[in-house]
Amino acid sequence: MQQIVNFIIRNKTFLLFLLLFSISIIFTIQSHSYHKSKFINSANFLSGGIYNTVNNMSQYLDLKSQNQILSAQNKRLKSLLYNAENNSDSAYIDSVTFINQYRFTSANIIRNSYSATDNILLINRGKNDSIKVDFGVITNKGLLGIIDKTSNNYATVISILNTTSNISAKLKKTNHYGSLTWNGGNPNITQLVDIPKIADVKIGDTIVTSGLSSIFPKGIYVGTIEDFKLDDAENYYEINVKLFNDMTSVEHVYIIENIDAQEINNLIKPN
Amino acid sequence: MNSTITINIIRFLVLVLFQVLIGNHINFLGYINPYIYILFIILYPTKNNRALFMFLSFLLGLSIDLFSDSGGIHAAACVFVAYARPLLLRSSFGVQYENYALKFDHVDFGDKLSYITFLTILHHIILFSLEIFSISKIILIFQKTLFSSIFTILMCMLITIIFSRKTK
Repeated sequence: MQQIVNFIIRNKTFLLFLLLFSISIIFTIQSHSYHKSKFINSANFLSGGIYNTVNNMSQYLDLKSQNQILSAQNKRLKSLLYNAENNSDSAYIDSVTFINQYRFTSANIIRNSYSATDNILLINRGKNDSIKVDFGVITNKGLLGIIDKTSNNYATVISILNTTSNISAKLKKTNHYGSLTWNGGNPNITQLVDIPKIADVKIGDTIVTSGLSSIFPKGIYVGTIEDFKLDDAENYYEINVKLFNDMTSVEHVYIIENIDAQEINNLIKPN
Repeated sequence: MNSTITINIIRFLVLVLFQVLIGNHINFLGYINPYIYILFIILYPTKNNRALFMFLSFLLGLSIDLFSDSGGIHAAACVFVAYARPLLLRSSFGVQYENYALKFDHVDFGDKLSYITFLTILHHIILFSLEIFSISKIILIFQKTLFSSIFTILMCMLITIIFSRKTK
C-alpha cells in the first residue's frame, strides 16, 4: 500500500498528464462520431452569447451584399408567384386544408467555419424557436447542413463541409440516387458517391436533394457536376460537385422542419 | 507575485477571445490560421507548480474547443505541450534555466526562436493529427502543420517583441 501511494506521489505530474490527455482524447473521439452526445459544443449561453454580440456588430459590414442577395431571391420568388399556372383559390384560404408538410424558420449564421475538416456552424435560433435536432438548414442558393445540438437560443449545424456529413442527393435529370460527402479539401467542392455506373453523367448536370430522408424536401439545389470518375471497383461514379452556395460567406439561412418526420421515422424504424 | 497572477489571468482571457473572434476567422489562403493562444503556454513563468500549469493549459485548450466545436483537440495538444515544456526549455535555453527565473524579455533572439518553433510545431502536429484523425491523409496533416506553424511562429515572435518590456 505504502509503495502504491509513493508511486502515485512520485509520478503525480505524469498521471495528471495522462488523465487530462485521455479526457481530451475522449472528447475528440466523440466529436468524430455523428450525433454522439457532446459536452463541449458552442451552442451554450457563454459562447453563443459572445458570438451573437460580435455578430451583431460585424453584420453591418456586409449589409449591402446580403441585401442584394435577399432582393435577388425576392425577385425570383415573385416571378414564381405571379407566373404560377393555377392561381390559388380563395376557397382554400383556411390553412388546415393545405398540405403543409414543411415549415420554414429564418435564422442568421453567427459563426461560420469552412477551413477545418469537420466544420460546424452556429445559428441564432434554438429550442425557444422550436428548433430540434435533425432539422435541415438551407440558404436561398442551396443546401447547407443539418441541426446537431440545440440550446435555448442557439443551435449548431453540421455543415455539408464535414467529413461525417452524409446527405442523400440525386441527379436532377436521371433521378439516380447517391450520397453527398466531403473529403476535407476544397470548400467549394463536395463529393457525390454511390451513383450507379449505368447513370448518364455529364459535366455541368445539376445535383438536387433526393427527398429520400425525412430531413430535406425533394429538389433543393446542391450544385453542378465539376468532374467525375469511376471508383476503384468500377461500379459506381465518384462525382465532384461544385456547390451553388459560396460556403465562405453565408449569412441568412432557412431551417426546414418536416412535420411528418416523426410519422415517417416511426414507419421506417425496425421493430 | 500577485501581479504575475493578474497578468496571467488577463493574458488567458485576452488570448482566448482574440483566438476565437479573430484568429479562427483569418483563413489565409483558405485554411491557414494562426493559433496565437499558445503564447499563454509559451510565456507562463518557468518556476511554477507543474500540476496547476498543466491544468490551466487544459482549461485553455478546452475553452478554445468550446468556442470552435472541435471536441477536445486543442485541449489535448495544449496538455501535451505543457507536459513537454520543461524538456523544450532545457533544449533551447540550456540546463541552467531552472536555477534562475527565466525572463522571456531578456533572452537571446535565437534561443527564443528555437523554443517557440519547437513548441509550436509539436502543438500543431498533435492538433491537426487529432482534427483530421486519419492516417491516409497524412500529407494534409503535414501540410496544415507546416503552413499554420509558420504563421503562428511569426505572429508569436512579433507579439513577444512588440510587448516586451526590455529597457535599454
